[in-house]
Amino acid sequence: MKIWASLAAAVLALSAAISPAAEPRRSGYDDSSRETQAMQDDDAGNPAFLWVRQGEALWDQDCKGCHGAAGTLRGVAARYPLFDPRANRLLTLEQRIVQCRTDRMGAPAFAWDDERLLALSALVGLQSRGLPLNAEPREPFLSQGEALFRERIGQLNLSCAQCHEERAGLRLSGATIPQGHATGYPAYRLEWQGMGSLYRRLRNCLNGVRAEVFAPDSPEAAALALYLAVRAKGMRVETPAVRP
Amino acid sequence: MDRVLINVPKQVTRGVPFEIKILVSHPMESGQRRDQMGQAIPRDIINHFVAMLDGELVLEADFFPAISANPFLSFSAVAEKSGILTLAFTDDKGEVRTETAAVTVG
Repeated sequence: MKIWASLAAAVLALSAAISPAAEPRRSGYDDSSRETQAMQDDDAGNPAFLWVRQGEALWDQDCKGCHGAAGTLRGVAARYPLFDPRANRLLTLEQRIVQCRTDRMGAPAFAWDDERLLALSALVGLQSRGLPLNAEPREPFLSQGEALFRERIGQLNLSCAQCHEERAGLRLSGATIPQGHATGYPAYRLEWQGMGSLYRRLRNCLNGVRAEVFAPDSPEAAALALYLAVRAKGMRVETPAVRP
Repeated sequence: MDRVLINVPKQVTRGVPFEIKILVSHPMESGQRRDQMGQAIPRDIINHFVAMLDGELVLEADFFPAISANPFLSFSAVAEKSGILTLAFTDDKGEVRTETAAVTVG
């Protein structure tokens, strides 16, 4: 018995020694099923790469003239949302791409859910895959974003934090409530059978609590995205992720 | 079906099975859904798929509803010599999309 007890203690000590420093933050990947993780792990099986491919074609057509060949924007997506001093506003990556089109190219803006915008942001996001999220915690946007995250909203009178912090890991109608770290957007969601931006995901939640949905180019959308990015600072970019 | 991604190993060994992985962008509308006005959305799926290696049939399949949008296909083949893999997808609109990929036996 004594031998078994000491052996068990040794095994416990060993497993404690080899487990990495506990990272309490879990990305949506960690909370996904093995099958969903496998889809994300294999670029040949990740349907988001259909959008990446489309993004490469668009890049060659519209962006290459200024930015050079695709692949020059490593690390860029990890810094968004970013404050633009010229426009004096906070911009998400999608808003930046639209701004580049309208201001610099004189081209018509993409609608926020345009497949081409998803394709380009997936292409730019992919170039930061594996890098730590590193958005600048700029005020007053960060505080505005956090206030939005903690404010009770909608007819259900729920805040983001009540689900994604206090009840993260519990179940909501059969699905695990994730911690809400936006590490993989734009992402392919199986529920959508398609690609979607972080804004689409936020709109989902806002609708879910029956709150008034803020506009895709609103300061609220950018501020909340910034708070989420700073909250997930140091976590790895997974774009383009696969989510359930 | 505007985008098809085909993944074949860069080099395959003669007589040894290799895996072919394919992603096709397609809505795969099942025909069971209704739009916001209550009108049935017509079925639109890829209903037929043929894979040929240098004119020789590798795989032929009929598809039915309940396959997800943007389907992922994976199957194995054996090659005796280098050749061209030809994939043909037919959907309910009658559109046929043909894609090719090189298979190199080394």
